[in-house]
Amino acid sequence: MKHVDEYRDGKLARDLARRIATESRADISYRFMEFCGGHTHAISRYGVEDLLPANIRMIHGPGCPVCVLPMGRIDDAISLAERPEVTLCTYGDLMRVPGSNGSSLLKSKAAGADIRMVYSTLDAIAIASNEPERQVVFFAIGFETTTPPTAMAIRLAQKKRLTNFAIFCNHVLTPSAIQKILEASGPDAVEIDGFIGPAHVSTIIGTTPYRRFATEFHKPVVVAGFEPLDVVQAILMLVRQVNEGRAEIENQYIRAVSAEGNAKALAEIADIFELRESFEWRGLGEIPWSALRLRESYAQFDAERRFPVVTRPARDNPACECGAILRGVKRPRDCRLFGAACTPETPMGACMVSSEGSCAAYWAYGRFRDRETASRRVGAP
Amino acid sequence: MNKYEPLGRKLDLRSGRVDLSHGSGGRAMARLIADVFHKAFDNEFLRAGNDQSVFDIAGGRMVMTTDGYVVSPLFFRGGDIGDLAVNGTINDIAMAGAKPLYMSASFIIEEGFPLADLARIAQSMGDASRAANVPIITGDTKVVERGKADGVFISTACVGVVPAGLYLSGDRARPGDVILLSGSIGDHGVAVMSKRENLSFETQVLSDTAALHELVAVMVEAAGGSIRLMRDPTRGGLAATLNEIAHQSRVGVRIDEATIPVRPQVAAACELLGLDPLFVANEGKLVAFVAPEAAEKLLTAMRAHPLGQDSARIGEAFEDNHCFVQMATAFGGGRIVDWLSGEQLPRIC
Repeated sequence: MKHVDEYRDGKLARDLARRIATESRADISYRFMEFCGGHTHAISRYGVEDLLPANIRMIHGPGCPVCVLPMGRIDDAISLAERPEVTLCTYGDLMRVPGSNGSSLLKSKAAGADIRMVYSTLDAIAIASNEPERQVVFFAIGFETTTPPTAMAIRLAQKKRLTNFAIFCNHVLTPSAIQKILEASGPDAVEIDGFIGPAHVSTIIGTTPYRRFATEFHKPVVVAGFEPLDVVQAILMLVRQVNEGRAEIENQYIRAVSAEGNAKALAEIADIFELRESFEWRGLGEIPWSALRLRESYAQFDAERRFPVVTRPARDNPACECGAILRGVKRPRDCRLFGAACTPETPMGACMVSSEGSCAAYWAYGRFRDRETASRRVGAP
Repeated sequence: MNKYEPLGRKLDLRSGRVDLSHGSGGRAMARLIADVFHKAFDNEFLRAGNDQSVFDIAGGRMVMTTDGYVVSPLFFRGGDIGDLAVNGTINDIAMAGAKPLYMSASFIIEEGFPLADLARIAQSMGDASRAANVPIITGDTKVVERGKADGVFISTACVGVVPAGLYLSGDRARPGDVILLSGSIGDHGVAVMSKRENLSFETQVLSDTAALHELVAVMVEAAGGSIRLMRDPTRGGLAATLNEIAHQSRVGVRIDEATIPVRPQVAAACELLGLDPLFVANEGKLVAFVAPEAAEKLLTAMRAHPLGQDSARIGEAFEDNHCFVQMATAFGGGRIVDWLSGEQLPRIC
């Protein structure tokens, strides 16, 4: 497949792996966080860690929007969906995320709530146009990548003069989360020698917003695509920065990302959304200026203003280590629920629900690495 | 004078719709069965007009299966719910190494369903059953109120005979067995998905729906005693099938991604939708576990059959208490291939 196969080429991967092995120094341990769930998924799906020397460790970051959404917001979505006049439109991977007391959108749907899985914001707009008697609420979630499509839906709803369309806004911002991780201290602190920077997010915001991670925190950042070769190349670039004592923002993903980002999308976001003073992230707690809400001039499209939404603090299962895993402090195996009470069929925490979640990726692709008997290269003759 | 029609007026197969009277046991139902089902399935058993059919069997072991079809949409590129139901049921029999003999078909139809669509589905079932030489010899029709079903649901049953001395079962794989796959994966799931109303995209991919019993007969002839088991990777795809077998047989499975055939169009559609072809359904492919010494011979026989021409050796079974399915990725790493969690695609068969 053109434009895909060349980024998954096994021979190029082996060449890069050899260079990483040659250039990495045995006396240094390299701890790199890939922020995005997309990178975590690629690392697991293609077995990237098998190509790395033992002293390079990948720490899986909190860049999975489903995973960082706090349980209270899931409860809010469920209570919105259970209003008789509301049709809640959601992306599929939110359906199984556990809310309080074992609830989920999937269970509410089975109990009769009008919840529909959509593949794009435009599907939700179409439902609102076709069913004017329904109050259609789109469960808007995601980092900067999915914010422009939500903005477009608002723009379209405005143009079509839809009075029955609103969004439940949960859009969050990547740089604030990275900063929170870097500022953590005590038991929450995690040693990180560099970041693989977001792929799709950076197509929107560019590389400039990461600059202070290099200047203030002295951490190298390499923005990289989601293909496995992108990841391996980014790791090589990070190894070189560490070896040379550099802390710079480098762009591996030049085929899609520029320094300034997508000006048109950013202007649209700025026009429609404003910063929330604070927003709760699962695992990271309250982070100031880390999320978006609709501006006053678009209040008519805001489900939180149209319906009484009162987010109540909800407690995760106390044994669930999602929080520490999202911060990179623990690994899925360190959680005693992992693989026992918590599997993709019966997820206790969000990290097990989304395919981009560390626990789900580790469960689906990586469990055999725990076994001493497992050969390092499966399937090799 | 008009010709006497004992079953009342003919059905309007162009623009008529199924109504509740078509399931009420009266004249309208008799008419529907005669004009739609008997016409499409025609054979001596149905012509006898009984609520059951009687047939002779040869000695030996019999095999029986039952299956239900609720696919949405009902019509897709390369097939429809009708031939899917016939082929899928035959394949369940064929995976025992058996020769399928007769099948039944039962219809649950939603009030208001267009008669033209029903006739088209019946025709496609009739064509598939004739092509496979497995007549539909008994059936049933029910009509439910609008909203109580989604168009039409079909349930089937099939009986067949297993050749003497052949014993295939999912618990017979052993370490060292070679795994053969009869062709490219993911075609059916992608063809169905591309027709979903909220997911329409242009694709040339056809469903691979096909009856596999003739390919199976060729395989049994080539390597009968050395074949441990066969299974068709339908819902859940190749990944689910290999996990089922690993658990049933208490073995590990190792596959090599680079050897698994995937059509470029299927790979592209999966890429677009974020799916993994390993989890996408097939309706005309089989996986066989075979003793290593017979693998080459069996592969050659499979490739000589039109439904097996892209057959490939994709891996082997090995000793592993965890019963993991592992894959060497084309990228050069390794990973687990787990069962699918949740729904990748609703109602594909």
